[in-house]
Amino acid sequence: MALRRFLNGNEALAEAVKLAGVEVVAAYPITPQSPVVEKIAEFISKGEMESEYIRVESEHAALAACYGAAVTGTRVFTATSSQGLAYMFEMLHYVSGSRMPVVMAVANRGMAAPWTIWADHQDSVSCRDTGWVQLYVENAQEALDTCLQAYKVGEDPQVLLPVMICLDGYTLSHTEEPVEVPEKEEVDAFLPPLRLPVALDVENPVVFCAGAGPELYTEFKYQQQQAMYAALLKLKEADAEFAARFGRSYGGTVEPYQCEDAAVILVTMGAVTGTAREVVDGLRACDQKVGLLKIKSFRPFPAQEIRDILSRAGAVAILERDCSYGYEGALCTEVKAALLGLDGPPKVYGFIGGLGGHDITREQITAIYRYCLEGVQPGYGTDHFLDVAGARDEN
Amino acid sequence: MPSATTKLPAGPHLPTPCFGATTGSWRTHRPVIDASLCNHCLLCWLYCPEGCIERGEKLKVNLDFCKGCGICAHECPRRAINMLEEA
Repeated sequence: MALRRFLNGNEALAEAVKLAGVEVVAAYPITPQSPVVEKIAEFISKGEMESEYIRVESEHAALAACYGAAVTGTRVFTATSSQGLAYMFEMLHYVSGSRMPVVMAVANRGMAAPWTIWADHQDSVSCRDTGWVQLYVENAQEALDTCLQAYKVGEDPQVLLPVMICLDGYTLSHTEEPVEVPEKEEVDAFLPPLRLPVALDVENPVVFCAGAGPELYTEFKYQQQQAMYAALLKLKEADAEFAARFGRSYGGTVEPYQCEDAAVILVTMGAVTGTAREVVDGLRACDQKVGLLKIKSFRPFPAQEIRDILSRAGAVAILERDCSYGYEGALCTEVKAALLGLDGPPKVYGFIGGLGGHDITREQITAIYRYCLEGVQPGYGTDHFLDVAGARDEN
Repeated sequence: MPSATTKLPAGPHLPTPCFGATTGSWRTHRPVIDASLCNHCLLCWLYCPEGCIERGEKLKVNLDFCKGCGICAHECPRRAINMLEEA
């Protein structure tokens, strides 16, 4: 019988790592991620979890250690935030190019400068092209459940990719909520032991991460791309199986809410989805035809699903906690591209907010909805920046 | 689309020589072991960063991968290995 407990996102992830039977953890502390690995260290010291905990000198070393452990065919975990993730950048590519199903939690935090410890998605969005599956979660329960699904999908023989679980710093990482913690036996039935096709074996030595000339380099990179497309399907399958076993579903890649007849659809990633859901409920109660599309998987990007869902709307508002400086929010660009070529496409408006820990309020989301209703011609490469006193009139 | 990808492992993890590529041509000097001086202490085998010393009745050097760094010659306590310049 699953136990309902009062956990924050970090603790929920630590519980998931324990349940997944992770054998090696290597991490370097950084706010707001640290409590994940502190909790894991506590599990290990109490004998509740049989794992090797490698203390390292940096995030680069943390992921390098995870990579080394992963090639032996063991299940590994690490976690980081912001500057720590940036410091891992080189190793992110090594791990994905080597097709090692490492799972990492990213407690999202803004990038310095200005220095901040508060949440936005700039850290993980900046790592969009590193070949990692990126999943954004809405609450602590989803963090736990997504961690279990991340191992399932990442370790699938058709995928073999590392997975990043992104949770908004503090809003999710440090906020307690009721979380259902499944039983170990239930998780074991969902998540079989890891079987890598090529793992370290002294009887059959291989070179790990061999060099390749231009032709074969391209072949391996093409393979990575195919694996990402396979992950799109596997995310859906894993979510469906998870739902059947545990009774909770998040759509795998995207989660539409009240989108069927919506004239305006809000598009979000991460914790702000919860606030947007409340706004949608409030507006629906006033007979407003508004919907919400949560993007769970930013990579692989479920373009076809997004296109199908948004094609019926008159206007789409993308609200995101990142900026691709010099153009617009990264998610906004992706969504626009997914809608390209539609007959009578919806108007697309981009909104950047919640930067460096700024709250995104219900009032702001309601205002975004009203703005979209006005039918103003959207600009391109000129997103609306929320919370900027100087820019408010201009927009 | 037919592609070599289907024959490749997931990730570039292969037995040597990977894709038939060798690195011996990078060498300017080649280690030559004097069997009359060698007592099989295997320090060269231990120190070789490329794993190019092959054990056996007589030690051999895998010249497909030896880059001629000279560590083996430097470490040999009996000076049984000489680095010979290659033409």
